[in-house]
Amino acid sequence: MTDRWSRIALRLWVALVLLFLFIPMAIIFLYAFNSSKIEAWPIEGLTLTWIKMTINDAEVVSALRLSVEVALTTTALALVLGSCAAFAIRRTAFFGRDAVNFLFVLPLALPGIITGVALHSFFGYGGILLSIWTIIVGHTTFCIVVVYNNVLARLRRTQGSLLEAAMDLGASGFQTFRDITLPLISTSIIAGAMLAFALSFDEIIVTTFTAGAQNTLPIWIFAQIRNGQRLPEVNVVVSFVILVTIIPVLIAARLTGGSGTSRVPAAR
Amino acid sequence: MTEADPAKTPALRLQGVRKNYGQVVAVAGVDLVVDEGEFFTLLGPSGSGKTTLLRLIAGFERPDAGRIELGGRDVTSVPPHLRDTNTVFQDYALFPHMSVADNIGYGLRVKGVAKPARERRVQRALQMVRLEGLGLRRPNQLSGGQRQRVALARAVVNEPEVLLLDEPLGALDLKLRQEMQIELKQIQKDVGITFVYVTHDQEEALTMSDRLAVLANGQIEQIGSPVDVYERPATEFVAGFIGISNVLTRDGVRFVVRPEKIRMLAEGEEADPGMTVELGRVEEVIYVGMNTRYVVHLDRGEQLVAVRQNMDALGDAQKFEGRPVRLAWTPDHTFVLE
Repeated sequence: MTDRWSRIALRLWVALVLLFLFIPMAIIFLYAFNSSKIEAWPIEGLTLTWIKMTINDAEVVSALRLSVEVALTTTALALVLGSCAAFAIRRTAFFGRDAVNFLFVLPLALPGIITGVALHSFFGYGGILLSIWTIIVGHTTFCIVVVYNNVLARLRRTQGSLLEAAMDLGASGFQTFRDITLPLISTSIIAGAMLAFALSFDEIIVTTFTAGAQNTLPIWIFAQIRNGQRLPEVNVVVSFVILVTIIPVLIAARLTGGSGTSRVPAAR
Repeated sequence: MTEADPAKTPALRLQGVRKNYGQVVAVAGVDLVVDEGEFFTLLGPSGSGKTTLLRLIAGFERPDAGRIELGGRDVTSVPPHLRDTNTVFQDYALFPHMSVADNIGYGLRVKGVAKPARERRVQRALQMVRLEGLGLRRPNQLSGGQRQRVALARAVVNEPEVLLLDEPLGALDLKLRQEMQIELKQIQKDVGITFVYVTHDQEEALTMSDRLAVLANGQIEQIGSPVDVYERPATEFVAGFIGISNVLTRDGVRFVVRPEKIRMLAEGEEADPGMTVELGRVEEVIYVGMNTRYVVHLDRGEQLVAVRQNMDALGDAQKFEGRPVRLAWTPDHTFVLE
C-alpha cells in the first residue's frame, strides 16, 4: 500500500515540477493572442492583432533577420571548427591533449558575462568595430563546444577496427571517411548543428557585449521589457523564439538518443 | 607438408621481421614461409606477438626491420588498402550502417567491380556461409555466429592472396566454435585461399592447420605439422604449451612423455618387454568426461600425469587415489629435450 501511495506522490511531484517549468511559457503563448493590452487574468478574448502588428514591425523583422544570419553563420563555423577539433583530439596523441580538450569545453562552462566582457575589451583594445561579425565570433566560442562534444562522444563510441576493416577491404583514406566515418558520425554532426543554432538564436549576454548598434531578437525583447513598451508584441516574439529554439533541440535529442544533449545549458 | 615447397612462389614470406613498441619487443625477428593454399596457424599465448605479426602482414603496422612478401611481391611498405590480404577481425568489425550484403560487397565496391558481378559474388558468398536470404539484414539483427560468418564472407569474397584470421572464433561458445572449426576448414579447402590463422587455443590449432608456428616472446619456437609439433616438440615451451607435458630427467637426459602414452599397470600385470616402469603414488584423480587424469607422484621425485579413457564403469577411478601404482611407457614414445 505504501508503495502505491509513494508512487502516486512521486507522480504528483513530477507533474508539479513540470507545471512550474512550463506554465509560464504557456501563459506567454496565451497572452500572444490576448485581445486586451493589459496582462491580466483571465484574458478577455482572443485576437490575431498582435501577430499582424509584429509581422509588420520593421524593427522586429530586422532583428529577426540579424538573429537568423548570426545563428546560421555561427552554426557553420562551429560545425567546421568543432568537428575538426574533435577529430584532431580523437585521432592524434600529443603533449597537452587533455589541456586542449579542457580549453575547448571551458567556454561553455564560463559565465556568459565573462566571455562577453573579455571579448568586449579585446575588440576595444584591438580597435575592432562591433558588428554582426563580432557577435558571430562571440557566439562561436561556445557553439564550437556543443558540436565538439557531440562529435567527440560519437567518435569515442565508434569501434576503431571499423576503419581498419575498411582499409583492409581496399578503401583509401578518403573512401574510408566518406563510406564509414561520415555516415557513422553524421547524426552527431546534425545534432551539434541544431544545438548550436538554438544556443546562438536565443543568446543575450555575450551578444549584449559584442553587438554594436544592431539588435538581435533577444536583445530587442530585453529592451522592450525594460521599457515596458509593446508588451503584446514581445509575447508574440517570445512565443516564436521558444518554437524556433525547442524544435531543433528536440530533433537533436532524437538524433543522438538523448545522450548528446546533456550539455545543453538552458540557462545560457 | 612439414616444409614449404621451395620450387613454388610462396603465398607469404617473412624475413627477419621485427617490431618494437617502445621498450617492448613484440616481434623479435621472425622468418616464415607459407605456401599457396595452406591453412597456416600462428599459435601462442597472449603477448607472444601473434596478433602483432598478423597486423604486420595486413599492413596495419610497419615492421622496424625485415621484409614481408605476398605472392613474391615485396609489400613491406605498402599500405593496407593496397595489399592483397583481407582480415577477419576478432570483433568482426562489421559496418553497422550497412546491410549484410553491402558489408560483404564493400571490398568489391571500392575496387570498382560492376554492380551485377558484385551482386552475383555477394550472393555466392552468402551461400557459402549459409546465410542466404539474410542479405538485407543489419549486423545488429544477427546472432554472434551469424556475424562471424558475415565477417568471413566479407573477407573471402575478395579472393585475397592471403586471408588473415585474428582469433575469429574467440567470441563464440564452445559448441558453436567446434562447428565453425570444421566449417571454416571446409570453406578453406573449397575456395583454396591461403589462410593465416591466429589463435591461443592449441586444440583449435591442431584440428584445423596444415602447418602451425608456435610463438613465444615474439619468436617462433617451432614450425611444423600438427603431428610434428605435438609428437616431437622442439622446445620445452612447445611441449608445455601444447598438451600436458610430463618432463623427466633420467641419467642427465631431459625428456617428455605424453600422458596418453603412459600405461597404469594393474595389480600383477607385467609390463611389455622394453618398457620403462616407474613406481609412484596417485595423488589426485581428475574426472574430465571422456577420460580421467591421474596425477602421480613418482618415488624418484617428479610428478607425472597419466590419462585413461573412461571405458569402465564410473566410480572405479576414485579408488586409485592415494594408492601406489606402477607406470609404464615405451621409450620410443618419449622425446628428448635439447
